[in-house]
Amino acid sequence: MPRTDVGNPDYYHKVVDCQWACPAHTNVPEYIRLIAQGRFSDAYLVNRESNVFPGILGRTCDRPCEPACRRTRVDGKPVAICRLKRVAADHKDDIRDRLPTAPKTRNGKKIALVGAGPSSLTVANDLMPLGYACTIFEKGPRPGGLMRVNIPAFRLPEEVLDEEIGYIAGMGVEMRYDTPVTSLRALVESKEYDAVFVGSGAPKGKELELPGRRDTDQIFIGIEWLESIHFGHIDTVGQRVLIIGVGNTAMDCCRSAKRLGATDVKVIARKTRKYFKASPWELEDAEEEHVQILENHSPVRFVVENGTLTGMEFDTFTAREEGGRLIQEPAGRTIVPCDTVILAIGQENAFPWIERDMGLEFDKWNMPVVDKVTHMSTRPGVFFGGDAAFGPANIIWAVAHGHQAAISLHHYCQGIPVTERPPDAMTLTSTKMGLHEWAYSNNYSPAARQKMTHVSMPHRFSKMTIEVEQGFTADQTKEEVERCLNCDVETHFTDPLCIECDACIDICPVDCLTIARPGDEADLRQRLTAPAENLDQALFVSGPLKQTGRVMVKDENVCLHCGLCAERCPTYAWDMRKFVLQQPYAGVTFIPLEAVGR
Amino acid sequence: MTYIAKPKVHHPSLQRNAIGLTRRDYEGAITTLCAGCGHDSITAAIIQAFWELSVPPHTVAKLSGIGCSSKTPAYFLREAHGFNAVHGRMPAIATGAGAANAGLMMIGVSGDGDSLSIGLGQLSHAIRRNVDILYLLENNGVYGLTKGQFSASADPGSTSKKGEVNTMEAIDGVLLALTLGATFVARSFSGDKAQLVPLIQAGLAHKGFAFIDIISPCVTFNDHEGSTKSYAYTREHQVEVVQADFIAPREAITSEQDAGTVKSVMLHDGSWVTLHKVADSYDPTDRDRAYAYIRERQKVNEVLTGLLYIASDSKDMAEQHELPDQPLAGLPFEQLCPGSAELEKLQARFR
Repeated sequence: MPRTDVGNPDYYHKVVDCQWACPAHTNVPEYIRLIAQGRFSDAYLVNRESNVFPGILGRTCDRPCEPACRRTRVDGKPVAICRLKRVAADHKDDIRDRLPTAPKTRNGKKIALVGAGPSSLTVANDLMPLGYACTIFEKGPRPGGLMRVNIPAFRLPEEVLDEEIGYIAGMGVEMRYDTPVTSLRALVESKEYDAVFVGSGAPKGKELELPGRRDTDQIFIGIEWLESIHFGHIDTVGQRVLIIGVGNTAMDCCRSAKRLGATDVKVIARKTRKYFKASPWELEDAEEEHVQILENHSPVRFVVENGTLTGMEFDTFTAREEGGRLIQEPAGRTIVPCDTVILAIGQENAFPWIERDMGLEFDKWNMPVVDKVTHMSTRPGVFFGGDAAFGPANIIWAVAHGHQAAISLHHYCQGIPVTERPPDAMTLTSTKMGLHEWAYSNNYSPAARQKMTHVSMPHRFSKMTIEVEQGFTADQTKEEVERCLNCDVETHFTDPLCIECDACIDICPVDCLTIARPGDEADLRQRLTAPAENLDQALFVSGPLKQTGRVMVKDENVCLHCGLCAERCPTYAWDMRKFVLQQPYAGVTFIPLEAVGR
Repeated sequence: MTYIAKPKVHHPSLQRNAIGLTRRDYEGAITTLCAGCGHDSITAAIIQAFWELSVPPHTVAKLSGIGCSSKTPAYFLREAHGFNAVHGRMPAIATGAGAANAGLMMIGVSGDGDSLSIGLGQLSHAIRRNVDILYLLENNGVYGLTKGQFSASADPGSTSKKGEVNTMEAIDGVLLALTLGATFVARSFSGDKAQLVPLIQAGLAHKGFAFIDIISPCVTFNDHEGSTKSYAYTREHQVEVVQADFIAPREAITSEQDAGTVKSVMLHDGSWVTLHKVADSYDPTDRDRAYAYIRERQKVNEVLTGLLYIASDSKDMAEQHELPDQPLAGLPFEQLCPGSAELEKLQARFR
């Protein structure tokens, strides 16, 4: 193996598992440390830089960071990153004077944004401070997109939405509510705008055309039903409710049904739990509310008697796993009685308002052809982001798209090729404060993951708007922040200083380090103090060491970042250095370290 | 000195040995020695050796005197018995402990000051008696705790950290042990665990006084140019003459051995040591030739390492004096103290 190139920001970035897994690459360990110091406003602003909506995401994020968290591999449970984010949002002071503002003199460029969801709002957030005039066209009366109409208020209070959207709109974004765009061609060809961004989401719920579907008015499409509840058009539901589908929308539907007065709520799944699309924590929250989940049921027909829905018929299966595959065999039919059915089997994109002959190519799935990096469609000047770009994902992806699209929009308007992407940069600073003191809490805390407390069961059903999660207490926060392993404080190795005394190897509590004869990666992985079998985790390899020509190898997999290797190193060959990823945003680029000779 | 304790959490694939313990169970308190001290590597080798042998820690006594080296028993086998003796007097305590309980597995850790200066007489007599102990001499050529004066093992011509040249002859632990009749004599290097771990295991299995002189660089006072006990010097001048593999009892000897270069010696407990000779003219079972060879190679600045001498017919102190295997404390009182009538009888023989 050649020497690992730690000058490439990707190497150390990848060590920060949470940050690497986050589509917006939020600097998680940094904001957790700020929370630990009680600096909630600072933590909020670190968060906001990359994910724009810390209060919203601290309650609703799909948290790709948590399954990636190194702590999972160390003691089984990830740090409660998402709910710590909420701590920062809940306890911050007034931060309005620290937010970006739009300059008095605009740059003369105008951007039209379709849909007031998270991706458009992110674009506006990035472009307003650069002097762009942004106009958002929203078909509904209020901003937020699915964050407002699809996520029930018991998970995301309206005040939080209003506050964080307000920070962006408050920069002077022109918000045109109740103004659906009915023709993209008209918008583009009006020449009123220099560029157009489409962030209109994936607003169409999937249908289930089975016998009986059209014979009753008690069958609803999940996201439309949630929207109707939000607008107050629906405030009752049958006693017995079936939810078809087992994704996160299904979880919102079943819990909403409980709050509308349903007493018997069942979620119907085609496969077994292992294959459910819903996040494990959303499943847990639904089950806590006594929602029953039926596995191995496949819909056959709706049972409608004299115009009244009385049940639904299913094929049932037995299930077993064979060689990692699910084998289902028919086990007869059954009718599950019900009064209402909610279909939550997925969402689709719909672009009836985009003319197919306007030079904007669509693929065979009837999706616009959009560049994965630049987010530009085949019609120059028209960009896509969020669910509208590549199909349904989640809020944090929409935010990530928004940042990238903003860079492209900025380039497009300034005459810079959109394919020219500013590089990631980084800073690396020693955290050494004294002989054995570090600028971070390096001791390992064996505390277990803190459990979120919920509002008591009967009380939470009394109103749609009672937020179930109460947020971490001060004591819980104190424990949880210490569980973070500070993966961004990197073990940085300087080859020529090493005298091969083995001190780092002997002290490492998790057997990460080895001084070994050089070899290729597959061979090295088997010759280490502990075999490096997690191939997703990189090996750091030094150059040949001066006394024996062997190499220092570090398996990044379960490193605790406790700094003991650096404390026991007599020559400072190991140092604990804080890595800060400098992500480019529209109009903000960083000079890579090498360029300035550091 | 480190402020935090070593976290108890360990690698998910950490193995357990035959008695269900992990390597981490053989650790002790966190070290308070200087960062990079060779002694800490030796501690790690001891932990590894005991873990691999599946020794129940409570059957072990760890003994030491005074010095940096003598602090190290605190850093391994926290469940074992321990005795921290007066400076240089550990061999006497070990002799007594061995007499009182021949069933104890004893490991003594000492340094060049503790063994070759203040405790030289003590060491000599423990060797002469062939006390059943693994005796590790952590040799850095310098008095570290008193800030870097030359010790008795400092080589003539080597320099102190400030550049002063040592003019006195060195006492070589290995040659001394050979002269005094030690039955197991080895030299190793803290930076070479692949060599050190099997040597420790063989030394523990050896019935009698097993002496290992371990070059253990002092990073603070003796790791500079001009030192002959530094990491760099040792790596450059180390010549492994006899590579020893330790094979525990009941383990099959599988590899095809070339009879000309390999010699196997069976130890008291049924384990084996196979000795791979790197130099043809070397015989690790011939005391006089071993002595002569080591002496000769010293003149060309070679630091010979490996299992340099082993006596297959070793009789330890307990055997020579027909001591019971059982601890004296466990013997019935009548047996331990035959009574005044017997004493009278004994004394009558001298009248």
